[in-house]
Amino acid sequence: MNLRAVGAIYQFEMARTWRTILQSIVSPVVSTSLYFVVFGAAIGSRISEVQGVSYGTFIVPGLVMLSVLTQSIANASFGIYFPKFIGTIYEILSAPISHVEIVLGYVGAAATKSIILGLIILATAGLFVPLHIQHPVWMLSFLVLTAVTFSLFGFIIGIWADGFEKLQMIPMLVVTPLTFLGGSFYSVNMLPPAWHSIALLNPVVYLISGFRWSFYEIADVRVEISVAMTLAFLAICMTVIWWIFKTGYRLKR
Amino acid sequence: MIYVGPCDCGTASPFLCVRFLAAAPLSSPRCFPNHTEIPVMAPVISVSGLSKTYASGFTSLNNIHLEITRGEIFALLGPNGAGKTTLISIICGIVNASSGKVAVGGHDINSDFRAARSLIGLVPQELHTDSFESVWATVSFSRGLFGKPKNPALIEKILKDLSLWDKKDAKIITLSGGMKRRVMIAKALSHEPQVLFLDEPTAGVDVELRKGMWDIVRELKAAGVTIILTTHYIEEAEEMADRVGVITKGEIILVEDKAKLMAKLGRKRLSLHLQHRIDSIPEALAPYHLTLSEDGWRLAYDYDTKGERTGITSLLGDLRTAGIRFVDLETKQSSLEDIFVSLVNQ
Repeated sequence: MNLRAVGAIYQFEMARTWRTILQSIVSPVVSTSLYFVVFGAAIGSRISEVQGVSYGTFIVPGLVMLSVLTQSIANASFGIYFPKFIGTIYEILSAPISHVEIVLGYVGAAATKSIILGLIILATAGLFVPLHIQHPVWMLSFLVLTAVTFSLFGFIIGIWADGFEKLQMIPMLVVTPLTFLGGSFYSVNMLPPAWHSIALLNPVVYLISGFRWSFYEIADVRVEISVAMTLAFLAICMTVIWWIFKTGYRLKR
Repeated sequence: MIYVGPCDCGTASPFLCVRFLAAAPLSSPRCFPNHTEIPVMAPVISVSGLSKTYASGFTSLNNIHLEITRGEIFALLGPNGAGKTTLISIICGIVNASSGKVAVGGHDINSDFRAARSLIGLVPQELHTDSFESVWATVSFSRGLFGKPKNPALIEKILKDLSLWDKKDAKIITLSGGMKRRVMIAKALSHEPQVLFLDEPTAGVDVELRKGMWDIVRELKAAGVTIILTTHYIEEAEEMADRVGVITKGEIILVEDKAKLMAKLGRKRLSLHLQHRIDSIPEALAPYHLTLSEDGWRLAYDYDTKGERTGITSLLGDLRTAGIRFVDLETKQSSLEDIFVSLVNQ
């Protein structure tokens, strides 16, 4: 294991984070605060409690997940796409490092960044609404698992993309709608039966439900199913990445 | 020359230490257990039966066989699109080969890629750099990527040698093209490679900087590094290389010692435009091995510029004696470029 190489890639990516600190950390925090002002304070005050929790409090886990999902994908996809775009990928490909090590470096850094971000957003939320976390260990586990899984997913998008449009396409057209429809702002149990069944096809529902359970012990689906679905998606992403490196897809001619 | 003897490089005693003394007094030692056969004469790079056909159906390399000797400077010449960069990219692990085998330092580039790639430094043709990184950060990153522990003293030396020290904290985007080229060389040298690939190192570089680049290459060779450079500039190959390979249309059509090529280069041809047409060369001029053009108006004399006597003076005297007069004369040196162009056009 070339741990120094993993460290070098990880530090390189984290350095990029600190260099672009404003867009990396501050802008998601600002946009999340706006959600709280609009949904939590303005509209939320007119909504009754959801499953025994005030609406402002109810949306906290969903908002954290929303940012963690989009940021994990954005960080990881950009992290690997950019060297491809400017050509510095030559150095990664010609270095004595295995595929696992490349993934560890890039995905590790992307996940670290979104975990930090998730915790900052959680702290920001604490300024607006009272927070209590019933299962902190589970909360952190869901956070880490989601950050890693979606960083892997972002890594795949970054390799697949051969232009900036494609880099944006999946996050904008697929992930954002799925996240908004995944119960960030409501419980899928509030939906009419037909839509409820459709909503259960959305993988993000399971992530948000499990994450919300770790806060308030309220969930749309059983927490075991949430964990299983997250792990299944993780396994799918890992398989795709294994295939990418095996074939050299979009990396090697 | 090689040194084989007890290890003095910190490895435990049942190891032999091998140093290659040919190029430098002390190249980096390699240690082998006592009982192993030491591959002293093995080429540092061996390419056999290498072919590459892209998905588009374009065959870039066709059955390449090539061996690079440890410590030499090998110049790979070829026109644009000949396959130079593809060959280098395959050896370095950037492009997958369609068939064939490549070993670097005896390590297969696929089954033993870590050992193979550790030995290689690559300076690609294009200036691929991270715009917003500092010179110091990007060079240190390369060292880490190759699994080497931090060594600020070494990186300082490399940057100083490449006249980049005063730019160490500058963002790469602020550097000139020539400086970026040197940053890429610094990155390749940061992990102390035994083999250095320079793909068109002086493309788009001004004359002064090109000379500077040649000095750097000579110093690296003196330090025991094997260097493979590709170039369109024939004078670069003439100036630097120990051996020259010519590649065209994906095939290596010539590999020869530069000295032997230079022997061909050392020949000059004197052409005489005659005042009167002649049918044959007079017997008295036989020792000069002259050639007469088909129309009978020109005589050509090949001579060695490096010889003590070129024979021109006596030839001219003998021509006068033989009654052959000429109206004009010219001399022309056959250059590596001529040889190259004729080979490539075949």
